[in-house]
Amino acid sequence: MLLSDNMTEEKRIHPHKFTLWVAMGSIVMMFAGLTSAYIVKKNQSSWLEFELPKIFWYSTLVILLSSVTIHLAGKSFKAREMGRYRNLITITAGLGVLFMVLQVLGFQNLEQRNIALTGVKSNSAASFLFVITGLHMLHVLGGVIAILVIFIRAYAGRVKQYSSISIDLVSTYWHFVDILWIYLFIFYNWIG
Amino acid sequence: MSNEAVFQAPAAAGTHHDVHGDHHGEHHHHETFITKYVFSQDHKMIAKQFLITGMVWAVLGGLMSVLFRLQIGYPDANFPWLQDLLGKWWAEGGKITPQAYYALVTTHGTVLVFFVLTAGLSGTFANFLIPLQVGARDMASPFMNMLSYWFFFTASVVMLSSIFVENGPFSGGWTAYPPLSALGDASPGSKTGMDLWLISMALFVVSSLLGGLNYIATVLNMRTKGMSMTRLPLTIWALFFTAVLGVLSFPVLFSGFILLIFDRNFGTSFYLSDIFVNGVGALPNEGGSAILYQHLFWFLGHPEVYIILLPAMGMVSEILSVNSRKPIFGYMAMIGSLFAIAILAFLVWAHHMFVTGLNPFLGSIFVLLTLLIAVPSAIKVFNWITTLWRGNIRFTPGMLFAIGFVSLFISGGLTGIWLGNSALDIHLHDTYFVIAHFHIVMGVASMFGMFAGIYHWFPKMYGRYLNNNLGYIHFWITIAGAYMIFWPMHYEGLAGMPRRYYDYSVWESFKQFADLNRFISTVAMIVFAVQILFLVNFFYSIFKGRKVTTQNPWGSNTLEWTTPINPGHGNWVGEIPEVYRWAYDYGKDGKEFIPQTKPIGDDESHH
Repeated sequence: MLLSDNMTEEKRIHPHKFTLWVAMGSIVMMFAGLTSAYIVKKNQSSWLEFELPKIFWYSTLVILLSSVTIHLAGKSFKAREMGRYRNLITITAGLGVLFMVLQVLGFQNLEQRNIALTGVKSNSAASFLFVITGLHMLHVLGGVIAILVIFIRAYAGRVKQYSSISIDLVSTYWHFVDILWIYLFIFYNWIG
Repeated sequence: MSNEAVFQAPAAAGTHHDVHGDHHGEHHHHETFITKYVFSQDHKMIAKQFLITGMVWAVLGGLMSVLFRLQIGYPDANFPWLQDLLGKWWAEGGKITPQAYYALVTTHGTVLVFFVLTAGLSGTFANFLIPLQVGARDMASPFMNMLSYWFFFTASVVMLSSIFVENGPFSGGWTAYPPLSALGDASPGSKTGMDLWLISMALFVVSSLLGGLNYIATVLNMRTKGMSMTRLPLTIWALFFTAVLGVLSFPVLFSGFILLIFDRNFGTSFYLSDIFVNGVGALPNEGGSAILYQHLFWFLGHPEVYIILLPAMGMVSEILSVNSRKPIFGYMAMIGSLFAIAILAFLVWAHHMFVTGLNPFLGSIFVLLTLLIAVPSAIKVFNWITTLWRGNIRFTPGMLFAIGFVSLFISGGLTGIWLGNSALDIHLHDTYFVIAHFHIVMGVASMFGMFAGIYHWFPKMYGRYLNNNLGYIHFWITIAGAYMIFWPMHYEGLAGMPRRYYDYSVWESFKQFADLNRFISTVAMIVFAVQILFLVNFFYSIFKGRKVTTQNPWGSNTLEWTTPINPGHGNWVGEIPEVYRWAYDYGKDGKEFIPQTKPIGDDESHH
């Protein structure tokens, strides 16, 4: 049954896209919970003030750049320039991995400066940074895996995929983790 | 996007399910036992899986309450057979040990709140009713729906296994406050039992989120033609708000758990500060705040109350209207009050924390917001009663449980007004008054909603009826028992009797309640036995119950009764019916009922 009512057809977004939006709302709530806990904790005693690793600036640039590349990848897919599309999602996934590497280097930088992230000597200021940033990294990892899935499909698909839904979903999610990091970065630097 | 288009694009978001495009309804070629009963993607089968798993947990959780009531009611008695049955750790010399008592109380709470009244209630009825009542062939993502059940199942297995570990299950209360939950040395139950508790709850959160996402997407995107939001039955509205609450509040609980895991396993100090453990000494953790956990926990914990209650409210609204043969009174007010409750749910969490040293000014704001909940609640009660008023009531077992729900909701809701006042709460906090309040308004009331739903939709689930006489026995003993168990607890609480104590007989102030406690325990055992009677009825009727012979046995307007008596995967044979009216045209223009699928006639008075 195709909906004879075309208006309805246009108005409604694909259920999977919608589900993704609700899921992103859910993820926002988790980080909102953590960052508000951060604020509550910061206003209590024995909060360690320390400088953020400089390398977080680079990771911010990297993840911003990856948003541009995945956006272009989506455009190439719709223009059916499959070669360009494959290159661009490969670059995006690569930038995602680079982002995670830079975050880990940031953690190492803190440890080198004797700011313990975990363990009994740790201050919850550093632990919060570690837990929140680490959780965000896991979400980026999820995005990388999603890119790998559509990447493999772009090469190995027996049936040609003309539906842009997968790339749209992945791209939306990727922009989301990007914006989430920007929020966290601003939060660490100027709010929290 | 139409329902079929979704079914025909299975690879769209990385999910792979069978393509049903060419053969809807009852024609299924490749169904094996595994795909039909185990890894089923049919929402109706998943609903039954949730229901039966929930029942298993209800029996276990109920049995636990019987065991600890045995200790409270008969603190001096010995039951040697208990040790034979449960072993030395649980019942040494036939007496529930203190450690076992706390483990039982904790597991009873966790299991009943999360596994029975969240997964068992909204898992069952959201899965069963949403596609059937909005006119969809299945959920937005049947695969995620299947995952939701199996995450719940895994969570169940982990929780169950925690009962059998050496030091017993977690015993620090269902709220799992640190430091008891954060330090393995704090108590025997805080060791492996707590690890398993956390793993189980994390899996459970994932299950709830997967389910909730699906429910929301299905209600908003997969309604059949003509089914505008304001034509939805109230069950769907309630299940929708339930899902929204879950999706927004469970992640916050999850973040609380993550910090707890770090405190437990990686030595951080989010919740820990200045702690001395007997036998271990002073701990190095500094600067943490146990109150922080309470904030994160109750930010979920309070919406959780409505996650439990709203599905029951929705089903009761539907069942009351169908069996009063009258339209629901104040349909829009019912939606509005559900919405108001859903909003307020997020703004009242600190009323669980009045005695944590909360700023009294802040406390007074939370008092105000808490008491505001009385307004939408009163609207709902008023509308239920006015729906019954001068109705042509059919007292089916489902209807009785629905009316019982209204009674319990009023009784339990009124004491909520007491507890919502921070000044009164200083006296009543952590007493039996609280136990009585939340068991009546949330626990038993929601159980009644669930029973109402089971009795009402059993014919749709299994194509057979439950036995009515057993249903009546079940209802009357359960409602009388519920009041006999929980009503006296108000007096105990007002007299200051605290919750969670192992033995009240050693306290001079509470010796007066020895007889009352024995009475409560005895009634609890009887009520538990009657629930077993219900289970017998349930499982007997699945196979041997009276067969349903008409499509629409209750004369109901909603879409689920337009499907075949035993609907296959895909629900409708042929096209999904179109909807022309709301779900509550009962007794209109002298017609007993007008199904939603009937076009508006020229002679109708108004619509």
